[in-house]
Amino acid sequence: MATFLFYLLSIITVASVVAMIFSRHQAHNALLLAVAFTSLGGLFALLQAPFIATVQIIIYAGAIMVLFIFVIMMIDLRQPFPPLRKKWVFALGALLIVVIFFELIMVIKSFPTASKATNLDFGHPASLGKLLFSKYLYPFEITSILIVAAMVGSLYLARRKER
Amino acid sequence: MIVDWLIVLIKIILALIWFLTLTLYLTWVERKESAVIQDRIGANRAEILGLRILGLFQPLADAIKMIFKEDFVPPFANRFLHTLAPFLSFFFVAVTISAMPFGDNIRIAGREISLQIFDANVTLLFVLAMLSLAIYGIVLSGWASRNRYTLLGGMRGAAQLISYEVALGLSLIGIIMVFPSLRLQDIVYEQGKLLFGWLPKWGLFLQPLAFLIFLFAALAETKRVPFDLPEGESEIIGFFTEYGGLKWGMFMMTDFMEIIIVSCLLTTLFFGGWQVPWLGADGFHFPWGWDWLLPRWLVVLLQVAAFNLKVFFFCWFQVLVRWTYPRFRYDQVMDFGWKLLIPLSLFNIVATGIIMSVIR
Repeated sequence: MATFLFYLLSIITVASVVAMIFSRHQAHNALLLAVAFTSLGGLFALLQAPFIATVQIIIYAGAIMVLFIFVIMMIDLRQPFPPLRKKWVFALGALLIVVIFFELIMVIKSFPTASKATNLDFGHPASLGKLLFSKYLYPFEITSILIVAAMVGSLYLARRKER
Repeated sequence: MIVDWLIVLIKIILALIWFLTLTLYLTWVERKESAVIQDRIGANRAEILGLRILGLFQPLADAIKMIFKEDFVPPFANRFLHTLAPFLSFFFVAVTISAMPFGDNIRIAGREISLQIFDANVTLLFVLAMLSLAIYGIVLSGWASRNRYTLLGGMRGAAQLISYEVALGLSLIGIIMVFPSLRLQDIVYEQGKLLFGWLPKWGLFLQPLAFLIFLFAALAETKRVPFDLPEGESEIIGFFTEYGGLKWGMFMMTDFMEIIIVSCLLTTLFFGGWQVPWLGADGFHFPWGWDWLLPRWLVVLLQVAAFNLKVFFFCWFQVLVRWTYPRFRYDQVMDFGWKLLIPLSLFNIVATGIIMSVIR
């Protein structure tokens, strides 16, 4: 059952991402990305990490993509963008693919073995909270300061000019 | 192994029967209650073999009517998304019932069975996640219909639901701090304890401010009258303008199912879930010293009945609210959410933290 679900969810994720890349319709792109995020959440749940799974769905599919779709539908672009045909874009893309592929191989090689990675507390909200407030306190706080700064900046940019 | 699968299947079927029957009869409650409030008689004509019983057959007649209506997709609509939207909105609300604890564990033939379909250490977040995905049904129906009124309704719906979800989530943080768990069943167990030796340790008594914020935010989430901007019957009709027949019926049923889910959440988080005050696993233990021992099956039965009673009460209460208050204006809804509920819920978190650290 778990294997079947794993293949089903993986196929849905990969297929929707590929379809998103090839589709030229903005609203469809956003929806396919939301499908990919949701099935990614399902994959996390299969890895015995229900907390990460639900948070993945709440934040990515439930909040971020809804805002994307909100903006896309508000602007309501009737005709899709024409495909880009510039040489340097292809060159940059090819370079990025090589770099990311290389990085992925390095990461996968450095993975611990399966027995080491699955301990019982993994992904439990309490253990995650303890880690965030002890070992990773500084990264956590710095990230939140960064987010607040970004929020204040966007509010400032969106403010109506009063003259 | 196969028995476990069967148990889960039976639980899913029973929960869906409970959920859909309650949804069906909530439409009857709504019609009758509005009739009483407006000094009318209300639907009372549906009859089977001359039997009327207060119009209790009316929901069945409504359902039959809806099924036999024409299933129409406007030619200018995006056909696939237009059809998908009501199913999305129905599915994500219906699936949340799997996380609701109906009662304590029961023991049948030496097997421990919990009265909850899906139990994980994050069931509370699971409910929030599914409710946040329910926005897609509204946004998509509004957009795929290619009609300006539906688009307006969908936009308003998305804006309103996103704003109120923030307040909803922040108000729940207080509850998570007091009952330190994200498992709904754990939260209910914790509420079975006593405060000062006599007061049930319900969320309402520990987190009164969070209760008020959650109540208002949840009312806004159901998109009904004080907050019915996405529908706005008298101005824009709403995101389901271009739907008819059973697809429209699915949107309407989703509305009523949301009422039930909100009632379940209010019960579970703030009113002790299936706990009856002073009822332990072996009977009543009153704080003034009386003991009244009961058999195990009767205790479980009382607990399930208590859960149902509380849920019915909140369903009735929400219908009452819907027929009592006029609609907010759009900017008032946004101000209420962002400028009052969210600061209040942040204050509630800080105050809860200070009080908890002082007491400990």
